[in-house]
Amino acid sequence: MKFSYFPGCSLKGLGRAYEESLLPVMAHLGVELEELDDWNCCGATAYMAVDEAKACVLAARNLALAERSGMSQILAPCAACYLVLNKTKHYFHDYPAMQQTIGRALGAVGLSYRGATAVRHPLDVLINDVGLEAVKQKVERPLSGLKVATYYGCQLVRPYATFDDAWNPTTMDRLLVALGATIVPFPLKTKCCGGSLTGTVPKAGIRMVYILHREARKRGADCIATVCPLCQFNLDAYHAAVNSRYGRVVVPTVYFTQLMGLAFGLPENRLGLNRAAVRFAWRPPAPVPASRPVAAPPLAPV
Amino acid sequence: MRMPGCEQLESCIQCGTCSGVCPLSIYMSHTPRQVMALTRGDFKREVLHSHTIWLCASCYACTVECPQGIRITDIMYELKQRAISEGVYPRRFPIPVLAHEFNAMVQKHGRITELQLVIRMFLKTSWVAALANWRLGLDLLRTGRFSLLTERIKRRGDIARMLDAVDGTKGRS
Amino acid sequence: MIANPGNQPEVRIGFYVCHCGHNIAGVVDCPAVAAYVAGLPGVVLSRDYKYMCSDPGQELLQQDVREHRLNRVIVASCSPLLHEHTFRQATAAAGLNPFLCHMVNLREHAAWVHTDRHAATEKAKALARAAVRRVTWHRALEVKRAPIHPQVLIVGGGIAGIHAALVLAEAGKEVFLVEREPSIGGHMARFDKTFPTLDCAACILTPKMSAVGTHPRITLWTYSEVTKVEGYVGNFTVTVTRKPRYVHEDRCTGCQECVAHCVYKEAKFRDEFNEGLGKRKPIYIPFPQATPQVTLIDPLVCLNFKKGVLTNRCKQTCVEACGDRQAIDFQQQEEYLQIKVGTILVTTGFQTFDVRRMPQYGYGTFPNVYTALEVERLVNASGPTGGEVLLRDGRRPGAIGIVHCVGSRDKKTNRWCSRVCCMYSLKLAHLLKEHSGAEVYNFYIDLRTPGKGYEEFYDKLNTEGVHFIRGRVGEVTDWAVTPEEEGKLVIRVEDTLAGFVRRIPVDMVVLSTGLEPRHDAQAVRRMFNMSCGTEGFFLERHPKLAPVSTFTDGVFIAGCCQGPRDIPDTVAQAGAAAAEALALIDRGYVEQEPNTAHVLDDCSGCKSCLPLCPYAAITIDPVSRKAVINEALCKGCGTCVASCPSGSIGQHLFEDDELLNEIAGVLAE
Repeated sequence: MKFSYFPGCSLKGLGRAYEESLLPVMAHLGVELEELDDWNCCGATAYMAVDEAKACVLAARNLALAERSGMSQILAPCAACYLVLNKTKHYFHDYPAMQQTIGRALGAVGLSYRGATAVRHPLDVLINDVGLEAVKQKVERPLSGLKVATYYGCQLVRPYATFDDAWNPTTMDRLLVALGATIVPFPLKTKCCGGSLTGTVPKAGIRMVYILHREARKRGADCIATVCPLCQFNLDAYHAAVNSRYGRVVVPTVYFTQLMGLAFGLPENRLGLNRAAVRFAWRPPAPVPASRPVAAPPLAPV
Repeated sequence: MRMPGCEQLESCIQCGTCSGVCPLSIYMSHTPRQVMALTRGDFKREVLHSHTIWLCASCYACTVECPQGIRITDIMYELKQRAISEGVYPRRFPIPVLAHEFNAMVQKHGRITELQLVIRMFLKTSWVAALANWRLGLDLLRTGRFSLLTERIKRRGDIARMLDAVDGTKGRS
Repeated sequence: MIANPGNQPEVRIGFYVCHCGHNIAGVVDCPAVAAYVAGLPGVVLSRDYKYMCSDPGQELLQQDVREHRLNRVIVASCSPLLHEHTFRQATAAAGLNPFLCHMVNLREHAAWVHTDRHAATEKAKALARAAVRRVTWHRALEVKRAPIHPQVLIVGGGIAGIHAALVLAEAGKEVFLVEREPSIGGHMARFDKTFPTLDCAACILTPKMSAVGTHPRITLWTYSEVTKVEGYVGNFTVTVTRKPRYVHEDRCTGCQECVAHCVYKEAKFRDEFNEGLGKRKPIYIPFPQATPQVTLIDPLVCLNFKKGVLTNRCKQTCVEACGDRQAIDFQQQEEYLQIKVGTILVTTGFQTFDVRRMPQYGYGTFPNVYTALEVERLVNASGPTGGEVLLRDGRRPGAIGIVHCVGSRDKKTNRWCSRVCCMYSLKLAHLLKEHSGAEVYNFYIDLRTPGKGYEEFYDKLNTEGVHFIRGRVGEVTDWAVTPEEEGKLVIRVEDTLAGFVRRIPVDMVVLSTGLEPRHDAQAVRRMFNMSCGTEGFFLERHPKLAPVSTFTDGVFIAGCCQGPRDIPDTVAQAGAAAAEALALIDRGYVEQEPNTAHVLDDCSGCKSCLPLCPYAAITIDPVSRKAVINEALCKGCGTCVASCPSGSIGQHLFEDDELLNEIAGVLAE
C-alpha cells in the first residue's frame, strides 16, 4: 500500500503534531507514504473566496504532480486540503470550462492533469484499505477506560460525503473502539469549530470552541479526538480565552493518530503530544481485579 | 445578480433551512436565507456590504441540508469574490484581510507559514487583538511551534505563471 | 417497388390536411401539402381544412366519401391518440369500413417539433406520401366484442376500497375486496379525528367497515394478497393468496376468550396498530372495531411456534378457552383462491415517510420525538394511553413542536408536497393543545389550506394561541446552551418572517411525515400492468380527463396509490372509479381492436413465439401442430410477428405490405 503524501501547510506548521503522529502510525501498519515533491498550498477557503478558478488551479497543480509521479492516490490528512483537492477534482469533471482553465494553466508550467488521481483521507484508508482487523492486531496498550468524544468537524464529511455519513459519521468511532476506547455520544461531531473566526471574530469563534468543549465535558469525555489541524488548533490553542470567558471547561484535544500511536505502544515522545497547549496524558489502568472500580484517568492541569 | 454557479438560486423556496443549520447565523446581520433573497432580488449593495458573507466559515452544512439542492456555500464564495473584485468589503474587517494576506503569501512562496500570516493579519487590522492573544504566543513558544521560518516551494515561478495563465477567465462558465 | 394490390377494386383515396387552427398551419404550408398529394396515384380528392375534427369537418368527410365514391380516407392532423376514434367513426358513418381510414400525425411530428416552415412542409409531404402508399393496402377489418364479467375485484381495504366496494355492491354487483392486513380500515382507522370538522374518524368509518363485513354481495378477504393477474378487460383471472391466521374466520365469534387465556398473561409484543406505542399478545385482534371481528395468531412470537415453525410446545390454553367453537387451528396453511372478474379497482394506498432517513430530526435517538401517526394514536381515547398525552418517559409535555414537511418538498428525499400534512398538523396542534394544555409550535415552510373549511380551521387555531413559525427546522438536538434548554429537546430554526434564528426548547417533537408510494408499488404496478410516474405513484391515463383510469383497460385506481390526497378527495375518487367500473359492466361488452396477430399457413410449429408472448395468447394446435393466437388475449404488441423465424405471423393493420409501402413512400422523392 503506497500513497503520495500531501501534508499541506498546517502539518508543517501549527499542526505538526498531526504529521509527527501520522507518519510512525502509518509506517507501523505497513502503509508507505511518499511526500509529494514540491507540493504547494491547496488554497484552502481563503483562496476560494478571492478567485475560484485560481484556487482550483493551485489545487490542481498538486493533483498533476501526483499523477506525474505515477502514484494513483493522494493521502491528504488535513480536512481542508482534503476538501479542496476533492472539490477541484469534482469541478474538473463537472465543468468543461474549468477543465480547460486548469489545462491551460498547468500547460504553462509543463504539467497536465487527466483527472484520475484519487484523493483519500487517512480515516478512509485505515477503515477501508488497512481494515479494523489489521489495526486491532497492532494494539499493544488498549485504551481501556478512555472516554473519547469523536469530532469530525465540517469539511471531511461535507459537502462530499465520500466515505462516511454527512450527518452521523462513524469511521473514527469504529477505529477508536478497535483501539479499546469508549466513545461518548457527541451530538456536535460534525459541527463547525469556527475555522479562522477564532482569530478574526473571537466573539463568535471562541464561543463555538467553548460550546464544543462544554458539551464534550458534559458527556464525560476525557479528550476530544480530531481529524483536522485547524480543529485541533482552535480547540487547543484558545484554551485560555475560553476558560477566562466561560469558566474552566476545556478538555484536551488530540489527533486520532496520536491515540493510535499510544495504543500501538509507540514511544510517546515521538507522537507530538508535547505540542499541545492542553497536555493530554494517558496511563492505561493498572491490571486490577475486575471487581474494583477503575479510576478515571486524571485530566492534565489546564 | 446574475453570477455563474448561482443559477440554482432561482429555485430557492426561502424555507430557512440554511439559517437553521448555520452555526454562525446568530452572528450575522442578514441570515443566509436573507442573503439568498437579496441576491435573487438584485440588492447588490446590501449583499456585498453585508458581514454575513465574510462570517461564512465554509462548513457546508447549508449546502448539504438545502432541500432544493442549492450550493449555498459556493454562492457565498461567489459573493466574496464579487465584493473583493469590486473593492466594497469592510476595510478593517479582519476576514477579507486574512484572505488577501493568505493569497499574497501563496503567490509569493507557494506555501503558507501560518504564524507569519496571523501576525500580518493583526498588523493590518488591530494591534489590540494581537496583544489579547499573548497567552497563545507563549503556548506556541512552549510547545515548539513558534516558528517564523518561511515555508516555500522550489519552483516558485510556476505558481505565478499558472495564475497568470488563468487571469481574466472564469472557472465554471 | 410494390404496386397496387391486384385483388382489390380501384383504390379511390380522399386526403384531408387539417390546419388545427394555427397549430399545424402556423408551421406547415397546408394548402401546399394538399396540392402535392392531389397529384399522387390513387388520390381522387385532396383538401385542406381548418378543423377536421369539428362537426362540419366530419360532415365534409362523409359527404365526400359518398359523392366521390371514396374507399380510402387519410386525415393528416393530430395524434391518433386524440382523434383516431373520431375519424374512424366518421368513416364508418359514411358507410366505409373504419379501418380503411388512416391518420398522419402532422401536429406532433412536424408542426410542433420544427421551426423551419419549408422543411416542415417537405416533411409533411413525405409523411402524407407514405400514408397514401400505406392506405392503398389497407383491408376492411372487423371489431370483435367480448362480454364483461360483472364481478369486480378491489385491491386494498382502506377508505377508498371500502367506499368503492359499498357503491358497487349497492348497485347490485358482486365485489371481492382483498386486504393485506388482518382488518380493513387502512390508515383512516388509526386516525383520531378528521380535519377540518374534527369528527371522530372511527365514528364515521366503523359503520362503513361493518357494512362491508356484512354485505351479501361483498366477499371480504383480509390477511390476503393478490398474487397473480391474467386476462384482459372484462375477463380477468385473479389468484388470491390467503395467509394463515391460525383461526377459522367462519368459526371465530370474536369473543376474545382466547386472548384472555393466552399463556402470556401480559401483552408484551409490538402492537402494529398503535405504531408500537402499545403492546399486544401473540393471539390478538388488531383493534376493537376490526373487521372482521376475528382473532389471529402471530407465529413469530406464539410459543406454539418457533421462528414461525409449528412445534406444539405450548399448553395451548387458547384452544381450551375457545372450546366447542374449535376456531383455532395451528395446522392452517396458506390458501390459494382463483376468481374471475371483469374489472379491477386498485386502492392500495400509501406509506408514511421513514423519518429515520432524516437523522437531523432525532427520531430513534431521542425518545420524545414522535411521528404524526404515533401522535394520532397517542391522542386517541382508545389508544395506548387512553387519550392522555404522556411522553415515552412518562412526563407530560409543557411545550410541543410540530415540524412540517418531513419527507416532503425535499429533493434529497421526496420532491412532492404531500398535500395533507399542513391540515393534519393543524389538527394535531389543536388536539395536543386540547389534551395537554401545552404550548404548541408549528414550524412550516408554507401553509397550504385549500379546501372547504380548511382556511377557517387555520384561523381558529390562530385564535387558540397555537404558535406558527415560518421556517424549516434545521435540527432537533439535545445539547443545551442555556439553563432553560437543559433536559429539553431544542429546535433550531430561522423564524423567517422575523428574520432571526431561534433555539426553541420543547418537551415533545412531532414530525409531520409525508406520504409516499408503498414500498412494493413497483411489483403491484407490474402485476396489474399499470404505469408509474417518476415518483412511484400509479399513473392515471390522463391527469385531467381520465383521472381514475389506467393505461390498462378495466383497471382503475383511486386514493393515495395515485398520489397524496385527503379523505374527502379519496372518497370522491373512489366513487368515480366505482362509477367507471359500473359503466363498463352495464354496457356488457368490450370492443377489441382488430390489430391482432394471426398465423399464416407456412407456420412450422417451432414454438419459438410461445415464451415471447407477454400475454400468453399463443398455443399450439394439437392437430395441425401450428401456432394459434387467441385474439381475445392478443394485445397487438407485435413481438411474435417480429421474432417468427419463418415470417409466418402477420398482424392486422401492420401487415408487411402496409409497412413496406409506407417506408417506401416516406423515402421516395
